[in-house]
Amino acid sequence: MATEQETPSAGALLGRRARDERSLVIRGLSTVKSFSKRKPLGAIGGFIILIMVLLAVFAPVIANDPMEWNLRDKFQSPNLEYWLGTNDVGQDLWAQIVYGAQISLYVGILSVAYGSGIGGIVGLVSAYYGGKTDVIIQRIMDAMMAIPTLVLALAIMAALGGSVNNVVIAIGAVQIPRANRIVRSQALAVRESEFALAARSIGATDMRIMFQHIMPQCVAPWLIIATAALGTAIISEASLSFLGMGVPPTTPTWGGMLSQRGREYFVLAPQMAIFPGIAISLAVYGFNLFGDAIRDVLDPRLRGS
Amino acid sequence: MAQYALRRIFLGFLTAILVSIIVFVILRIAPGDVVDIILGGEDAFYSPETEELLREQLGLNRPLPVQYLDFMGDFFTLNWGESLVDSKEIWPQIKEKLPVTLELAGLTVFFAVFFGIPVGVLMALQQDSKLDYFLRIMSLGGLSIPSFWSGTIIILVGTMYFNWSPRLEYVSFFDDPMGNFVMFFWPAACNGWVSQATKARMMRSTMLEVLRQDYIRTAHAKGLRYAVVVYRHAMKNALLPVVTIIGITVALTIGGSVIMETVFMLPGMGSFMVYSLTRWDYPVVQTLVLFFSSWIVITNLLIDMSYGWLDPRVRYDS
Repeated sequence: MATEQETPSAGALLGRRARDERSLVIRGLSTVKSFSKRKPLGAIGGFIILIMVLLAVFAPVIANDPMEWNLRDKFQSPNLEYWLGTNDVGQDLWAQIVYGAQISLYVGILSVAYGSGIGGIVGLVSAYYGGKTDVIIQRIMDAMMAIPTLVLALAIMAALGGSVNNVVIAIGAVQIPRANRIVRSQALAVRESEFALAARSIGATDMRIMFQHIMPQCVAPWLIIATAALGTAIISEASLSFLGMGVPPTTPTWGGMLSQRGREYFVLAPQMAIFPGIAISLAVYGFNLFGDAIRDVLDPRLRGS
Repeated sequence: MAQYALRRIFLGFLTAILVSIIVFVILRIAPGDVVDIILGGEDAFYSPETEELLREQLGLNRPLPVQYLDFMGDFFTLNWGESLVDSKEIWPQIKEKLPVTLELAGLTVFFAVFFGIPVGVLMALQQDSKLDYFLRIMSLGGLSIPSFWSGTIIILVGTMYFNWSPRLEYVSFFDDPMGNFVMFFWPAACNGWVSQATKARMMRSTMLEVLRQDYIRTAHAKGLRYAVVVYRHAMKNALLPVVTIIGITVALTIGGSVIMETVFMLPGMGSFMVYSLTRWDYPVVQTLVLFFSSWIVITNLLIDMSYGWLDPRVRYDS
């Protein structure tokens, strides 16, 4: 009997796993349901993000080649063949917007993950070790904060050259000091807590205390900062491309569609100016609504307000 | 207080030095090369000797720390040198472009405060009403619409329907006050629209916090008029964090001018920066970034100092 209890049959294991998975799905769905009930605006934001993700993922299915020139069809107003019209060289604006969503999402999510991620770890380490380490790190962070974000991103782009991944690096770097600041202040408080002391007294290593005991307590404020940074990152990417210092023009981006090359034709074909801007604004709006709701849920001071 | 001020000034100075090192390092790892540009682009043909000679003339062959110290020495003695590309002196150019950027920044802050604070107070007073929801959606819209797009649309609508387009040549306020104001109105409105959103949101949340305090209830209980409670008791106390945000806005609009000056073709520091960056003009870019950053450092210093004056509870000892 005892052996059977210790090693349940494979069938039983699979059954349990399936049950767990099903309950996970149900729990997930009910979380989504209660979230959208409590935070209708946040749910709208989440819906916009979902649409954007779907557009980006299924771009090759729902749109033509965004870079193809159809000189015979240039300056078309929105019609059945070109849903959002065409530009000065007959490129399909709908295709450009759909493929542009890929870049915006890629740059937005990756730059936040890496920038706010590094910033968070820097803040954690800085708060944990304190003393000279803290002072030196925080002075460098102050210096990074003192450079206007767009100017810093522009300078990094000038140094690295235009490419999608360099945009990720530039926009992520700008976020490091902000994430650092939030996580550091939280970690400073948690460091003094009793469970951190308890962990130390049983001889846990610095690494273990930092990442297993203190870090989980810093996740909520970090998540608030990170979701808020998503919208800003998308605007920054668009701004860099708009200024011609971001993603090279061979890749369709929303900011690039609004940039210098096409500007002289905007009066002739206003759709070239209108749709990319709507796309940027909607995307950022979605991320902002969602970020606001996340903040309300995670920030205990705002709970019930 | 004096000790605190000295400490903050020292820290500000240190920050500025660190900024200069960061910028210096970033620009030196650049693959682009000003020598190529001066000699006529990457495709131009020139002998390695010519290149070497030019590097020597520009002082680019010296060790990096020497170049850095040289640059810092020049910066602090206000001997800002000249552009590597067109040999124009940097300081006279900045002197000419600074008023443009300052005027844009000032008007932006005016728009932001003038709209942001009343909207924020209104949202807090009518919390969770339809008006609150509407204004919140609007102010989030301010954060979501990129200023370069709203600027573009304004120019587009102006040219298509009103036969208006931004003037290409700059008019100073003293020559033509009205023409000058018209030039700055739209770019400042676009930047201010974004900026008012952060003010309004901040004002709303601090106001909500203050409105729940006991002294507000007391003020109501002792029969003070609603307007007095809101204005004298609540708003004054809710303003403190917002003052910080306004200060930060003053600092940030300087950097934010980069985009608006490009869209509306204003000859300010921001468009100067973009122009110089695309030409690898190290001396100009270094000087401009250091200039922007010093501006931010000084503003932050003033914000910190103003706390003691605005809030008597803040003491600077310890």
